[in-house]
Amino acid sequence: MGKLKGWRELPCGAIITDMSAVKENKTGAWRSMRPVWNKEKCKQCLMCWIYCPDSAIVIVEGKVTGIDYDYCKGCGNCASICPAKAIVMEKERK
Amino acid sequence: MILAKTGNEAFAYAMKQINPDVVAAYPITPSTEIVQLFSNYVSDGEVDTEYVPVESEHSAMTACIGAAVCGCRVMTATASQGLALMHEMLFIAAGLRLPIVMAVASRSLSSPLNIHGDHSDSVASRDSGWLQFFCETVQEGYDTLIQAVKIAERANLPALVGIDGFILSHCQERIETLEDQVVRDFLGRRKPAYNLLDWRNPILVGPATLQDYYFEFKRSEIEGMNQVLPIIEEVQAEFGRIAGRKYPVLEEYRCEDAEAVVVLMGSACGTVRVAVDRMRAKGKKVGMVKLRVFRPLVHSLLKKSLVKFKKIGVMDRVDAVNSYGGPLFTEITSVLYDTDERPWVFSYVYGLGGKEFTPEDAEMVLEQVLTGKEDELVTYVGVR
Repeated sequence: MGKLKGWRELPCGAIITDMSAVKENKTGAWRSMRPVWNKEKCKQCLMCWIYCPDSAIVIVEGKVTGIDYDYCKGCGNCASICPAKAIVMEKERK
Repeated sequence: MILAKTGNEAFAYAMKQINPDVVAAYPITPSTEIVQLFSNYVSDGEVDTEYVPVESEHSAMTACIGAAVCGCRVMTATASQGLALMHEMLFIAAGLRLPIVMAVASRSLSSPLNIHGDHSDSVASRDSGWLQFFCETVQEGYDTLIQAVKIAERANLPALVGIDGFILSHCQERIETLEDQVVRDFLGRRKPAYNLLDWRNPILVGPATLQDYYFEFKRSEIEGMNQVLPIIEEVQAEFGRIAGRKYPVLEEYRCEDAEAVVVLMGSACGTVRVAVDRMRAKGKKVGMVKLRVFRPLVHSLLKKSLVKFKKIGVMDRVDAVNSYGGPLFTEITSVLYDTDERPWVFSYVYGLGGKEFTPEDAEMVLEQVLTGKEDELVTYVGVR
């Protein structure tokens, strides 16, 4: 982390318009359960992508290709909404 | 136009003319009519407002915050327990620097239950970071609500405009209104710096800031409050040019050569004016200092004004239950602490729960201040 900013340099109301900080901070670090995606079972309905609160479903050219574990917090929404049972939750191992 | 309107009707009418993008509110006595009458304007298609009838005041303020983050001009109204229920969200609105404007018909807080006017609701919210205006008349309430929108948007701070419950909210006065178009031209449109729903330009609202940044963000918010007085004065002057009515932040009424003055806010200023006139007619040198803006605390203006007088009574329509007088009293004694000739200052708490405060009561207070002697620090005016 670089030098901390002084109060005069901060954005009004702590509204962050420069989203680079989001890339710096990997917010998936405290996950206890991990979603595991099964490519064969997946029907590409994108329901997981709609329901994911952290935009952690990786989409490439309109198709699910995996899960971004840097940001996934392990809430399990994707696993419970998946109609094909293509995502299962597994215990996170250190 | 000259109209007969109660305070609530005047607030609702001002809101119609302001034509906010979103109003989210929950009714509570004595402010109910403000949003009730405003919802009529919505139903009749006289405004473009999205009206959100929520399930509580907490939700009302939450909805206001959400709409304001999306760049909307947002208003609400409440009182008493409703304002208390909004409490935690008030800090969030201010911390996010959102120019939400709230009309309040000030009312006492339970317990015991009382629906009448005093300042305990607004004053209990004083540390939340909202601008606070207290009005003497219905006309001033109407004028101030319109000004508050412009002040809030220029300062990026939320603003509360209070009229005393029932005394102003339910009593009809002759008021002069502006034309709808004049109000709309005066305010223009809100020019937000961002919009949460603009997905092409994503933003982060309400980040976690811990020991590294919280204090710095608060310091920045404090600076917003420090810088707001010139904005208030500027907008008041602009408003004066279109309406012909001017309200100084701090008004000295018949204070020339006064030996004793009282300082107060709200509708009782009118009562004190009558008492001052009566006593001046008898040759007694008394005056009144009316404070219209409670937040920011206009400490330099207060000091400049009050240091001229030897004897000062500070009148609070609320008690902080702190054993050291009313909230305005403690602030004014702080303001006067570093002056060379500290005036004699005593605390007068009056009118809690809407208790009658008559010109005779005001004369009694002024007489007492004039003597410059009190046995007790705090006088509870009219308490049996």
